[in-house]
Amino acid sequence: MRAVTCGVMLALAPSPALAQQSPYAEYQRMTAENAPTELFELEGEEIWKKRQGPKNVSLERCDLGEGPGVLKGAYAHLPRYFADADRVMDLEARLLHCMMSLQGRSREEATKRVFGNADRGSEMEVLSAYVARHSNGMPLRPGIRHPKERASYELGQKIFFHRAGPWDFSCASCHGEEGKRIRMSELPVLYKPEFARPLMATWPAYRVSSSKIVTLQWRMNDCYRQMRMPEPDFGSETTVALIHFMTVTARGESYRGPAIKR
Amino acid sequence: MAAGPMRMRATLGAGYTDVRVLMSHPMETGQRKGSDGKLIPLHFIQNVTVKVNGKTVVEGQISQAISRNPVFSFRIKGGAKGDKIEVSWLDNQGETNSTETAVA
Amino acid sequence: MFVKRRGLLKAAGALGALLAAGLLRPIAALAATWNKEAFAAKSAADALKSLGAAGAEASGAIAIEAPQIAENGAVVPIEILSNIPGTTSIAVLIEKNPFPLAGRFDFMEGALAFVKLNVKMGETSDVRAVATAGGKSYTATKEIKVTIGGCGG
Repeated sequence: MRAVTCGVMLALAPSPALAQQSPYAEYQRMTAENAPTELFELEGEEIWKKRQGPKNVSLERCDLGEGPGVLKGAYAHLPRYFADADRVMDLEARLLHCMMSLQGRSREEATKRVFGNADRGSEMEVLSAYVARHSNGMPLRPGIRHPKERASYELGQKIFFHRAGPWDFSCASCHGEEGKRIRMSELPVLYKPEFARPLMATWPAYRVSSSKIVTLQWRMNDCYRQMRMPEPDFGSETTVALIHFMTVTARGESYRGPAIKR
Repeated sequence: MAAGPMRMRATLGAGYTDVRVLMSHPMETGQRKGSDGKLIPLHFIQNVTVKVNGKTVVEGQISQAISRNPVFSFRIKGGAKGDKIEVSWLDNQGETNSTETAVA
Repeated sequence: MFVKRRGLLKAAGALGALLAAGLLRPIAALAATWNKEAFAAKSAADALKSLGAAGAEASGAIAIEAPQIAENGAVVPIEILSNIPGTTSIAVLIEKNPFPLAGRFDFMEGALAFVKLNVKMGETSDVRAVATAGGKSYTATKEIKVTIGGCGG
């Protein structure tokens, strides 16, 4: 088996006709039907119910926006503003908040291993899969009414097009123009609803090439790495703003995760 | 890697019961190098057995060419709510796991 | 052959518990039912010979459902249904894999001749299904193109 290395990007070449009928649609449908995401959801459920931290409590009273411990619809309504933290949070930032406030864990300890590997997923990854499952089939409705939600969306939009770093890249460098691809992966134009919708409806996902669940925080982190920019903090305002911007762009789409990705 | 969780769903379909089972297993081909640069030894499920109410209905022999964290679907003739389905596996290192569920 | 003692002891413990619970037949019986020769065969033809299914006749009654193009060869979903009456086993082979035989499923009274599984494919190749019914073998193939993906998603 050849290893898939994700190092230097090749020249962004025009892709073959990005038709509505992607040549991989059949593959994506069949792998989604036969995906091992349930195993990770089960693990996530265990972590959700596990007593941890100095306070020795589980996450079962964590308020993900729908009320303490309410899982149904929580993922589909994120990112959103949380008064107790006075900021907009995505799922992972909110989970971290609960780990710290409910369980008394330090930020350092809780984020020591946020991205797992093929042998063992991280707590964030399996928790994300578990929580996301409870929004399957529901329309994506991230928060947009609160002033801070509005500000977060606009910040995300600005960052999306802001060029920086040693390569003078922005998200739009890869995700800003139709017909682009990296090797065989089509690059969706993420500021356009028609492309953002199928994408945001399928995160978190089981990533075949990593044999584990990947989350949006991981994706932001990895994109920053690919752009040769400094590593963003986990759940930072920047990453949440970008995720917020893209989720709002994808508003209304029926959530169909946890999904499976190449 | 110890035997991880195993999950199964058995649902009544049109004239048959669909059995979907998810297994946690590295299914190592023996060709992959670990972080220490050494080859990770061959470690894969060899036998999969499906039983309905204690009676074996499917015996599968598989190779390391089956994907990591295998997912299988089988079809049982007929089937009724409450039927007990059991799936077990045995790998080349003698490790084993099994799970059972009732038809929903 | 290098034997890992820890692994054996661990297996003995786990197996012991399962045997006691009446959930598994003794290892010896199970280990004997893995066709080492067929799985070690380097060609589909040799694998089928070892399975006693050489000379299989092409049949349109074996349905193979698989994607035409697989984005990632590590997980390729394949569904096989044999509509040949009295099918007692289905073998799945990936012609271009170093060891083509991926699996062989025996169906007893109570199971349909159907299996869905995820396989690893090293490159674009034919997937071959061989169904055995009434002592005779039948076969069907389907080509699956495999692209090694890039860095995204």
